[in-house]
Amino acid sequence: MANTAAFTGINGLREIRRSPASHLAEAFETGSVQGTVTLNEGPFQTMAGVRVDPRSEAGTRIGSVTGGLPVRCGEVRGTDRVSVLWLGPQEFLVVAPEDAHDSLGGDLIGSLKSALGDGAGQVVDLSANRTTFELSGPQARAVLEKGCALDLHPRVLKPGTALNTEVGNIPVVLFKTGEESFRLFPRASFADYLGRWLLDAMREFASPEVP
Amino acid sequence: MLLISCPNCGSRDETEFHYGGQAHVPYPENPNDLTDREWAEYLFYRENTKGTFAERWVHSTGCRQWFNMLRDTVTYDIQAVYPMGVPRPAAPFPPAADTGTASTGAASTTPLSPSTAPEGATK
Repeated sequence: MANTAAFTGINGLREIRRSPASHLAEAFETGSVQGTVTLNEGPFQTMAGVRVDPRSEAGTRIGSVTGGLPVRCGEVRGTDRVSVLWLGPQEFLVVAPEDAHDSLGGDLIGSLKSALGDGAGQVVDLSANRTTFELSGPQARAVLEKGCALDLHPRVLKPGTALNTEVGNIPVVLFKTGEESFRLFPRASFADYLGRWLLDAMREFASPEVP
Repeated sequence: MLLISCPNCGSRDETEFHYGGQAHVPYPENPNDLTDREWAEYLFYRENTKGTFAERWVHSTGCRQWFNMLRDTVTYDIQAVYPMGVPRPAAPFPPAADTGTASTGAASTTPLSPSTAPEGATK
């Protein structure tokens, strides 16, 4: 006889889920310099990898679920809750809050799958693939510039741009969410490395500036 | 460090790319008809050009798309970047793409025509 109560929250697994950089939470707090640059690991998110030709019928159907598909590098489309990041001409990353996941009462993955239907492409649940770092503050750009070759100057990189690139020598999706805030999506296995790398890059801003 | 201009993403650091060897090596039309020597030459024998060389690259940390590139193996001068399946451009080459710092690709225009032909079919 199944214990129906146990099925709430993915058979009770939700309560014991740990984020990939949870062991660094304290270090992020002490390493952050309020008013200069702060780092923390964001909440769990629902992520789906979508591969579809945006000009095909299936692409149009998926676009109507997600609020459009981005057409060029860096572009982000979507709604209030859902962001669609451009990873390639036919490859997208759909990011939404955790409760959009089908196992927690949402319908994001299922609706993407049914939108794809028989069309050529794929929808893969990647919610556990990447974690989210939130780096913000007036010096956030200076921290990233230590390990990212892109031109991060605000005249080039506008808020609402997401780019697949390298930060600190590892592949990261870099999402500029505001004038002084960035969201980084490293793969889970890189979370510890990137967290410590960012903490090291932030350390100088805790000391008084040398004139 | 080379700055390679990805047709989708704009110019990025060389470390974001992987090399795919010589371009325009066609898959034999009837592999079964080949002698062992011809098959070995298809598999393993490549040009070792001193000078302009057509080669394949993939933007593995970015858009994960393949493209062709004409590069001078002596000076490392990148003379042309063109999509897969397109024949090697003859000199003079189209103007070199943007140089300078690695870019965010906001200015990049034409997405590669996504060829669905299997790898090797149209080289």
